[in-house]
Amino acid sequence: MTVIHEMDDKAEAKMRARDVSVYYGDKKAIDDVSIDIPTKFVTAFIGPSGCGKSTFLRTLNRMNDTIASARVEGDIELDGENIYSSGMDVVQLRARVGMVFQKPNPFPKSIYDNIAYGPKIHGLANSKGELDEIVERSLQRAGLWNEVKDRLSESGTALSGGQQQRLCIARAIAVDPEVILMDEPASALDPIATAKIEELIDELAGRYAIVIVTHSMQQAARVSQRTAFFHLGKMVEYGPTDQIFTNPREERTKDYITGRYG
Amino acid sequence: MSDSVTSDAAALENGQPTRTAAFEKRLKKRYAAERRFKFFGLFAILISIAILFVLLGNMTINGIGGFQRAELQVPIDFASSGLAGDADTLSQPSAIQTLEMQGLPEIVQFSAQQAMGEAAAQELSQDAWREVAADLRADPALLQRQETFWLPASGNLAMGLDGEGAPDMQALATQLEREGFLEKRLDWGFLARSDATDPQQVGVWGALKGSILTMIITLALAFPIGVLSALYLEEYAPKNRWTDIIEVSINNLAAVPSIIFGLLGLAVFLWIFPNMRSAPLIGGMTLALMTMPVIVISGRNAIKAVPPSIRDGALAVGASPVQVVFHHVLPLALPGILTGTIIGMARALGETAPLLLIGMRAFVATPPDGFTSPATVLPVQIFLWSDEIDRGFIERTSAAIIVLLVFLLVMNAFAIYLRNKFEKTW
Repeated sequence: MTVIHEMDDKAEAKMRARDVSVYYGDKKAIDDVSIDIPTKFVTAFIGPSGCGKSTFLRTLNRMNDTIASARVEGDIELDGENIYSSGMDVVQLRARVGMVFQKPNPFPKSIYDNIAYGPKIHGLANSKGELDEIVERSLQRAGLWNEVKDRLSESGTALSGGQQQRLCIARAIAVDPEVILMDEPASALDPIATAKIEELIDELAGRYAIVIVTHSMQQAARVSQRTAFFHLGKMVEYGPTDQIFTNPREERTKDYITGRYG
Repeated sequence: MSDSVTSDAAALENGQPTRTAAFEKRLKKRYAAERRFKFFGLFAILISIAILFVLLGNMTINGIGGFQRAELQVPIDFASSGLAGDADTLSQPSAIQTLEMQGLPEIVQFSAQQAMGEAAAQELSQDAWREVAADLRADPALLQRQETFWLPASGNLAMGLDGEGAPDMQALATQLEREGFLEKRLDWGFLARSDATDPQQVGVWGALKGSILTMIITLALAFPIGVLSALYLEEYAPKNRWTDIIEVSINNLAAVPSIIFGLLGLAVFLWIFPNMRSAPLIGGMTLALMTMPVIVISGRNAIKAVPPSIRDGALAVGASPVQVVFHHVLPLALPGILTGTIIGMARALGETAPLLLIGMRAFVATPPDGFTSPATVLPVQIFLWSDEIDRGFIERTSAAIIVLLVFLLVMNAFAIYLRNKFEKTW
């Protein structure tokens, strides 16, 4: 079932961050991070709690804009276009860079409306038939279609935790994004639901650039092709996942991976 | 206490069971505290229910009398009365005056005299003939035949029927009641008439209509302004000193005594619209000032209670801030906003003081025919009637209170229905 993606060092960079620093008021949460995120692969951010990996993830689709005290310095490019430039429309950006959160957060609407909401506001469907198609396709890609096809009008919040998270992934897919950011998508789920999510990430990887923040190093090792290790707001090391886990260059990475701290 | 703690610790260290005597004692105490708390809670609820029942029971018993009135039986033979008229003339607005000029009052008086004698006919209410006229207008065919009417008795005779007032009236009432001419009859007209000087003739419709018109204005002003203010303050306003000042001001506004709002209405609204003294428009505007802060405060709390994860979810699929507010936050906050609106509207409906100041305490004998015509409202009507000397107003006051309470219940029931309809879980 698992598809192995060969890491290619010449992989095309979908997003490119250069010297990015993030401040919350006076506090520096991210310090000078530069990273290339390849397309069609899974990139994992690991690191101890409070190391800034989630904060950095949220700068990639400007979700930090909602926090009044947050300030971002440096350049982040999506296909060579600076996403913090004045010409960039945030709404368009978030349609291209979707996000899945730590806690499943389906809208308190029907399963159908949860998926259809994004396409509707972006005008992606011209007819009810097209919308139905998008909903079905998104749910199928998220591996949820067979479980919910007979109860699309039921509330999304009535699903189990794992199903809710896959519903949120389907919701993100529905607007046809290029990048999907996942902020600890499986941390609130049981092992079986987690396995399903990981399988799903694996399947989606061939189609989108996926960035996943995770606490579980096993998870990072299982699903990602590249791993970045964050510590105290700095990116300590970034490279192919195999190399990070078997032969880290930095002492701190090695200490974290072997469980010395974190 | 410290003894038992150390002994427990010792017990743990020595590997003995932890359920020592001291432990059991504390456990018992904890359960006792729980039972006590439950009992107090139950007691408080029972007290409130008892008080509510006493209040409602008292109102109902008094109020039932208010929905009845003493009426005299008067047979009138129109065929031989010489009254002229047909469906056409009786449907004209001037029909009442025409009937009066043709001598309808005298005919009614004479018929009563024929049936019950001089003394009893004297105690027919002054305006009794108007009710006959109204019946004639409703059914012109009556003019061709004889018909028996139940017409209001005078206030004095009504008092006599209750065993109060002058002894001769009591005697007359007893006699008429025995002969079957006088009895207390259910008076549905109470819900259709307006204020009058005679308690036998009063009705609550004018005040009820005034209240409804005033509430419409209040809701139409306070709800949108309140909800939009709450949304702006919660979702858009920057958190700085100015918004802090606005927040404190709104909280203070909700606590300002209502009579102050009346003074404001008097000074500002009646200055802008000088010819609209005691109009529902001005009353509604004044009450809207009072209701708005309640809606803003409850609205802000309801908006705050919408989980941020829902906002994040909507933003992450590319919704603009306005779309997040109107597609997600507002629908989820609506039940809470509606609850606040019910509270504010209920308070406005029962408000008397500010309306007295803008002139809504005038004697208004006809129901208002629009937002700008003079009107009174239910609580002011109740206040005015409770001030009357005539004993007949006591029961009418209770009846008006029942009407007010029923109006309030209907309003709340509707709001609760709306709230349940919009309520969602997440």
